[in-house]
Amino acid sequence: MLNYTLRRLLFAIPTLLVISFIIFVILDLAPGDPTGQLPLTIPAEVRAQIRESLGVGEPIHIAYFKWLRGFFVYEPLYWLDQMGLTIGDPADRARIISYATRGPVFDLILERIPQTLWVVGLSYVFGILIALPIGVISAYKQYSWFDQLGTFISMVGFSVPTFFTGLLMIVIFSVQLGWFPSVYDTTLEVNSWESFIKQVKQMVMPVAVLALYNASQISRFMRASMLDNLTQDYVRTARAKGMSEKVVVLTHVLRNSLIPVVTVIALGVPTIFSGAIITEQIFRVNGLGQLLIIGIQGSDFPLVQTLTFIFAILIVLFNLIADVIYGILDPRIRYD
Amino acid sequence: MTDQVATTALGKPQRSLWGDVLRQFMKHKGGVAGLVIFLFIVFAVLFGPYIHTIDPQYLDIRNKNLGPTWEHPMGTDNLGRDGLAQVLSGGRVSLAVGIAAMALSLLLGTMIGILAGFFRKLDGPLMRTTDLFLALPILPLLLVIILLFRDSLRAAFGPEMGIFLLIVFVIGITSWMNTARIVRGEVLAVKEREFVLAAKSIGTGSFTTIIRHIFPNVLSPVMVSATLGIATAIITESALSFLGLGFPSDFPTWGRLLYDGANFMTLNPARVIWPGLAISLTVLSVNYIGDGIRDALDPRIRGR
Amino acid sequence: MRKLKTLIMATAAASTFATAALAERGSDGNLNIAYWQAVSILNPYLSGGTKDIEASSLILDPLANYRPDGSMEPALATEIPTIENGGVSEDLKSITWKLRDDVVWSDGTPFTAADVVFSANYCLHPEGGCNAASNFADVESVEAVDDHTVKINFSVAKPFPYGPFVGATAPVIQEAQFKDCMGAKAPECTDANFGPIGTGPFVVDEFRANDVVTYKANENYRDPAQPAFATVVLKGGGDSASTTRSVLETGEFDYAWNVQVEPEVLAQMQAAGNGEIIAAFGTSVERLMVNLTNPDPALGDKRSTVEGGPHPFLSDKAVRQALSMAIDRDILVEVGYGPNGQVTCNVLPAPEIYASTANDACKTQDIEGANKLLDEAGWMPGPDGIREKDGVRLSILYQTSTNSVRQGTQALVKQMWQEIGVETELRNIDAGVFFGGDQSSPDTFQKFFADIEMYTNNFDGTDPEAYMGNWVCSEIPSPANQWIGNNMPRFCSEEYDALSKEMGKTASIEKRAELAKKMNDMLMQEYVMIPLIHRGRVSAKSNALGNVTLNPWDSELAFAEEWTRVE
Repeated sequence: MLNYTLRRLLFAIPTLLVISFIIFVILDLAPGDPTGQLPLTIPAEVRAQIRESLGVGEPIHIAYFKWLRGFFVYEPLYWLDQMGLTIGDPADRARIISYATRGPVFDLILERIPQTLWVVGLSYVFGILIALPIGVISAYKQYSWFDQLGTFISMVGFSVPTFFTGLLMIVIFSVQLGWFPSVYDTTLEVNSWESFIKQVKQMVMPVAVLALYNASQISRFMRASMLDNLTQDYVRTARAKGMSEKVVVLTHVLRNSLIPVVTVIALGVPTIFSGAIITEQIFRVNGLGQLLIIGIQGSDFPLVQTLTFIFAILIVLFNLIADVIYGILDPRIRYD
Repeated sequence: MTDQVATTALGKPQRSLWGDVLRQFMKHKGGVAGLVIFLFIVFAVLFGPYIHTIDPQYLDIRNKNLGPTWEHPMGTDNLGRDGLAQVLSGGRVSLAVGIAAMALSLLLGTMIGILAGFFRKLDGPLMRTTDLFLALPILPLLLVIILLFRDSLRAAFGPEMGIFLLIVFVIGITSWMNTARIVRGEVLAVKEREFVLAAKSIGTGSFTTIIRHIFPNVLSPVMVSATLGIATAIITESALSFLGLGFPSDFPTWGRLLYDGANFMTLNPARVIWPGLAISLTVLSVNYIGDGIRDALDPRIRGR
Repeated sequence: MRKLKTLIMATAAASTFATAALAERGSDGNLNIAYWQAVSILNPYLSGGTKDIEASSLILDPLANYRPDGSMEPALATEIPTIENGGVSEDLKSITWKLRDDVVWSDGTPFTAADVVFSANYCLHPEGGCNAASNFADVESVEAVDDHTVKINFSVAKPFPYGPFVGATAPVIQEAQFKDCMGAKAPECTDANFGPIGTGPFVVDEFRANDVVTYKANENYRDPAQPAFATVVLKGGGDSASTTRSVLETGEFDYAWNVQVEPEVLAQMQAAGNGEIIAAFGTSVERLMVNLTNPDPALGDKRSTVEGGPHPFLSDKAVRQALSMAIDRDILVEVGYGPNGQVTCNVLPAPEIYASTANDACKTQDIEGANKLLDEAGWMPGPDGIREKDGVRLSILYQTSTNSVRQGTQALVKQMWQEIGVETELRNIDAGVFFGGDQSSPDTFQKFFADIEMYTNNFDGTDPEAYMGNWVCSEIPSPANQWIGNNMPRFCSEEYDALSKEMGKTASIEKRAELAKKMNDMLMQEYVMIPLIHRGRVSAKSNALGNVTLNPWDSELAFAEEWTRVE
């Protein structure tokens, strides 16, 4: 397994390079213009000048090379500088610069990570924690009222989009009841009990909306997979051997049912970092999802390229982790 | 046994596998209920507009933002369009897009998943392709697709059919990856089970093994993906129309109706309740049909 | 009589003095402002949109601002230069600004003429990509006559010399801070671009790009009693409905910028009683552009160009006129805009002296007249009710940007045109693509690969010369000029060009108004543009916020130092 993991990690490098180039080509082909949001009163000649000063329209191989150098050479060097390890001339760090803010893309991304982890990350954790028991119980007591209710809620939860549930929550809890703020304050520092309460309050609604959505999806896969395994021969054997029902269900069946669930969770973790675009917009959480969508709308290619590429790294990484976990869950799975 | 011989002798059809499956399905209360609701929705959107004959695109400004009345059972929107007519005509598009896109994504996903899981040589290339597709930035990709294909498809198939094909293609091509990953994970585990090894040892070919032994055992996650896929496709379709990729703006679909109605939620709840209900009911009924099919195809359950 | 006047003036002066004395800098706590587009940068010369310019207008001041009534008010200058007071030269080729000598930057250093000269050079640098370059058009040189006098020389006679340093788009930045940021180095100065040192009422406390700006009162602001607020939070993101809701319904914010919500939803939000909608009308007009050239895809590279030939049916003036007559603008206003829009029949609706009344017939819908006009022109209804002549059907592709109000307008107009036998296909395009100038995209508004397109345009400040110059022959976009040009209808008339040229030489305001009206009427009576709605600038303010007047001529926040908290 170690051998396999190392081989996959090595192979990930060319894979990611290919992915980064394809992303670059797509962004280059995509129509859009960083001056598109300027007021119409600004004449086209001025826009052309602005585009030129940004470096839009450089030949794609040069632009791609510049970006690669920024991402793999200058950015790591810059962060080494920050840690006190200076290699080469620190003034000569051509970092990746966003078109819209004219600031380094990595600083923008770092600024967004706290709120993204708080809201999107936590909602994912909650989603999993809710979904697993619901999935297990629903399958064990198939067609009980609990199962039927669970099915109903998760199906409605998945089919009603977050732009609707989010707005509904704002109307009920912010406008009517006034319990929670409808706007997320990213500058809030948690350093006291009151500020902690404030943080919890502003997180309740976005986390709830996202957790419902995540839990719906995961619980369905959990339930289906449990159902498959509950009727297997080994379960009958285990019961016949006189094992307690708890041991049978929670160790044998659950363990064997986790493969699709692990896949779904591993696919979901990278999406935490791509943020939850709609939910972030509604509650103005302004995390990575909002950063990405602003970048796309404003044709801020360096920003979009960098964010998407980080996302790609996480996808490759977590899919590898999922493959490793398969082997742990079911030792019969071998890759070599 | 004797019964069976007797019935065969009387000229009634022999019990086939599919007959068994159908019979088992009909015993599944949830599955039947789901099927009835689903067929009802399909019939409603197909034939409803012949009974409720108001043009969904007709604007009646003097009757805007109405609550439910006899003439407009689901009220009207802020431009005076009839709610029921819009839900019915929107359903045609949403159901067609939802089912077709889901089918395409499921077909791609299941095929790639099984091939990658079953044949070790294909695993690497196919899963790296999956990683690539997962990583592609969807919105810019869609803009590129519009740029490249809209006009040629429009010319070849006419505006509506061309857009329909484009949407189904776009949703299908950008949503198969999860199914592929899930199916592959299951296949990896299933192919090491005793019955597959047994089949191999007696010389069963790969193709037959896949169809007979592998596929039925990965069916349940596929069914879940199918249900979730329909919901995603219906919502994604509405998101596409904001990019100018979808149907023209005056062409109602369920996702679009829900989105447009969201701000009118407190003013005119009917605008969000009905399309929301339509989407949820469709997804729910497909879910129960999926449950029924899965149970019916499971020989262990069917045997009971 | 004279005594009475003096008395009144004295009382007035005393009362202003009294309020000024009552107010105290920073006494009113925190001000919460919501923008649904997040601020990306605080250097207005490098901004990506209106939101950035407005956010930086709290920090940076120009020499003069436009008041909400359209008049100019000196900010860093002592008075507005005119020909009468000798500030503008007789040949209209130079303007001399006298600067206040009591202004210091927020870091305590004195503000001098050198800063003004530097700001001009910063924007004029060819590699800088300055977006206010059109404000500095035709500027030959800027010189500091002494420490507090600046002279701007133009290469041509400028009847309206108030482009440079008037209004929030072209403020003064500090030389000391930006001197190493000229030209190609401009984007490298992140610290300066994210926290410019200014002379305005506030200074940046913390800036998170694309998210939130927090400001605090400028200790060195020139008026010791201002600003009333100690801190400002300007939060970005969300959509227009949600920011409006946070002012009107939940009361979390004091001010929401650029409200674009359907009138009935707005009315419901206002009913909550936390705040109100304020509107002011500038020069924005939502209009239909009529393509006079042929957008047929079969033409390939000649699509929508003059070389591609005239439009198969929109080149017929009768058709264009009928399209305009068939539109019921009142309904468009009622459904999409409510109090935020007015029916208009001009592309130049304001300021008052430029507004023509010659085209007001369009204010009432005339389906019958339109039908008659088409009948007379030989466009007869075919078997499906769509008019045609010589095998050409009146079938229109009508495009605009994605925006729920615009899609509503599209649907309404489509139905109105149906009544005169015109078939319409609607298309909406992502705003970033539509208004972006990407050469590779077929969907930009300059390429205009459609029959009709709809958007809003306006002009900065109060002078329409540059705006009316948009429709001269040389402004027609084509592949030859990389589709750069503002003459979307591809209208070309010698007479119009001559009027435009004449306006560039005329100084008298009355004469200029007359010329502008004439040009407007010409465009309107040729029906190459079909104006629909005079759009107001609309914002929402909380009841707890006082002394706010919406400013349609400058940054909405240009006079935020005057805002106060009322209970």
